[in-house]
Amino acid sequence: MQPRTLLNKSLKEIQDEVLIMGSMVEKALGLAMDSMKNRDLELAEKIISDDDKVDKKRALIEEKCIQLIATQQPIATDLRFIVAVLNIIIDLERIADYAEGIARITIMIGDEPPLKPLIDLPRMTEKTQDMLHRALDSFVRRDTNLARQICKEDDEVDNLYKQVFNELLFFMISDPRTVNRATRLIWAAHNLERSADRVTNICERVVYIVTGKTEELGASKDG
Amino acid sequence: MPRISPKTSERLAKILLWGAGFLTVLILAAIVIYVLVNGVSEINWEFLTTPPIGGLSGEGGISTIIVTTVYLILITIFILTPVGIGAAIYLSEYAQDNILTNFIRYAVETLAGVPSIIYGLFGYALFVSALYLGHSLIAGALTLVCLLLPTMIRTTEEALRAVPQEYREASLALGATRWQTIWHVALPAALPGIATAIILSTGRVIEETACLYVTLGGSAAMPRSILSGGRTLALHVYYLAMDTMAFDKAMATAAVLIIIIVIINLFTNWLSQRFRSAYTAMEEGRP
Amino acid sequence: MKLIEVTNRDNGPASNATKIKVRGLNLYYGVFQALRDINLDIIEKSITAIIGPSGCGKSSFLRVFNRMNDLIPSAKTEGMIELDGESIYARGCDVVELRKRVGMVFQKPNPFPMSVFDNVAFGPRRHGNHNKSELEEIVERSLIRAALWDETKDKLHQSALSLSGGQQQRLCIARVLAVQPEVILMDEPCSALDPIATMKIEDLMRNLAQEYTIVIVTHNMQQAARVSDRTAFFFMSEDRAGILVEEGPTTEIFTNPKDKRTEDYVTGRFG
Repeated sequence: MQPRTLLNKSLKEIQDEVLIMGSMVEKALGLAMDSMKNRDLELAEKIISDDDKVDKKRALIEEKCIQLIATQQPIATDLRFIVAVLNIIIDLERIADYAEGIARITIMIGDEPPLKPLIDLPRMTEKTQDMLHRALDSFVRRDTNLARQICKEDDEVDNLYKQVFNELLFFMISDPRTVNRATRLIWAAHNLERSADRVTNICERVVYIVTGKTEELGASKDG
Repeated sequence: MPRISPKTSERLAKILLWGAGFLTVLILAAIVIYVLVNGVSEINWEFLTTPPIGGLSGEGGISTIIVTTVYLILITIFILTPVGIGAAIYLSEYAQDNILTNFIRYAVETLAGVPSIIYGLFGYALFVSALYLGHSLIAGALTLVCLLLPTMIRTTEEALRAVPQEYREASLALGATRWQTIWHVALPAALPGIATAIILSTGRVIEETACLYVTLGGSAAMPRSILSGGRTLALHVYYLAMDTMAFDKAMATAAVLIIIIVIINLFTNWLSQRFRSAYTAMEEGRP
Repeated sequence: MKLIEVTNRDNGPASNATKIKVRGLNLYYGVFQALRDINLDIIEKSITAIIGPSGCGKSSFLRVFNRMNDLIPSAKTEGMIELDGESIYARGCDVVELRKRVGMVFQKPNPFPMSVFDNVAFGPRRHGNHNKSELEEIVERSLIRAALWDETKDKLHQSALSLSGGQQQRLCIARVLAVQPEVILMDEPCSALDPIATMKIEDLMRNLAQEYTIVIVTHNMQQAARVSDRTAFFFMSEDRAGILVEEGPTTEIFTNPKDKRTEDYVTGRFG
């Protein structure tokens, strides 16, 4: 008979809730970019209103963690896990906010004529989604190698961001009438870049759960 | 007066205590050795299996005396045990602490200190005369019961009180009745103490002379019923020593008596040790 | 914003039915009042923990439910205590029957000095069951339920006192289960046990709470937090009578108590 069934069960529940929240956020990012790409204002509205669900999820997980600390006295790995979760859900909520931001930009753009076909932004989104997905994998598997690997991949997103930034800057310089539209796209790119940074934060928390040490694993220097 | 150094007082105390202990052993050894040396030579199979013939020279053996002693032990214990345990159960399990029970306890304590001849006189007045039992085994046994009851009650009550209260609570909390709790939990746990009390009472029956002198009569014949008179080993020693010239026979009987007492004491020790080790073995986790 | 109700243990209370209802309970030992005006509902198939400083009447309160206070001649109980809607202090109430329905586990493991088997069979036998095969079945079922079968199945006829402290306490739980009670009272059941044995008992309690209503008195606040669904905090009033200060879901009591005294106690700032 292994003792502390209840504690184990509660920890598992919390982990499952984090995964659910993670997939909500991952989906929100993708949908936000879809709404921008397809100029789907309805979808954008839905993403904005759905952000509430993510916020509620965060509050629920937080409350569960607090109750667990108050009633089950988690220690060592269990305690680090809870502390990490409390941080991870903040990162996840922020990513969801960035997704919501992209949806808002979609609405702002409205039916203005497109500046250019969106290519790099969807790529950034896909990369960020992929990083987030694998970061949650590393969280479940307590896989520090994977977590460190993901942090390195943040450079790809940073590079894409710089590329998008330069490209849009070029648009603005060559035709000042595009400043409005280009700026909005820069905001969207920035949101994606920040989201990827948040993913690296999650990875750092995974390393913390396993090793007990807080390491800077490549949060972007210009963030 | 000069102070004695702690070291000196320590040594002095040791010597004095050792002396006291040595003296006790010496006296005991002297009695036992004296009786055995003078008595054992007379003990043989014939002595143990023939009845006393009587007369000034104390011819014959002690067979009827041994039988009478055994009878008396059995009758006494048979009456004493249920009454004594019953009273002890009442006092320790049922009775609440009040003036009555305190008085009963006080009475029991006091009675234990009354000389046995007083019991003898009481037994003579009540059982022999008033109840027309005559000098008989039953009159002697009843008198012994009166004599031994206080000790029996006290020892049993102590044994019952030593049973942890948790056992009783556990039993009652399981829905057992009070009587079930006493019968199935308290009494079994108190059994070693009760057994010791019974065996010590047996010893007292064997030793007792004064109160039997006036209630049992002095017949050396084989008892036929509980209304027959008789004499126990201790009484026989007394009669032989006082009424006849057969001092060697008295010593032989005394030797038998002492041997029996030693055996009973050893048996008691063995029994209580066995119970104790069985209990501690369980508590220390050995099966 | 309150998002979660009592649901941090989802194997918690299966229903919200009241098993034991206490209204206006006063308990006296002679002239000394041990408990004053206690009002409390014990929820069916859940664990209610009773916490509070020493001498606040926790254990006395627990012993109201199976009338163990009756053993103390000077004890006097006033007020309404209902088990399934029937008063347990009513004139016609059979204490023996009550104690069959409301079992108790004590502070110190107290198996009888008999075999493991005889310990578990003690209750059924006293209630008139002497059928050997039935008793064997009851003993096995109870030991399995108390998570002790694997450890004792090969030594059923050895002395119960040869078991370890934690095993002895689980044996005492099995002994209670053999009587098929509805309510199990536990009076500091882990105070004599080491931490591992304690955790095993706590797990067992969570498990048992699916079928039984459990009330536990504990000095160990963390234990109350870990194991219970609801917590009642007792305290001493100025004349030393025990009073119920606050009662509610355990998560509430330990994260957001309403009463200052509860807060001081659970945060260790009492006194």
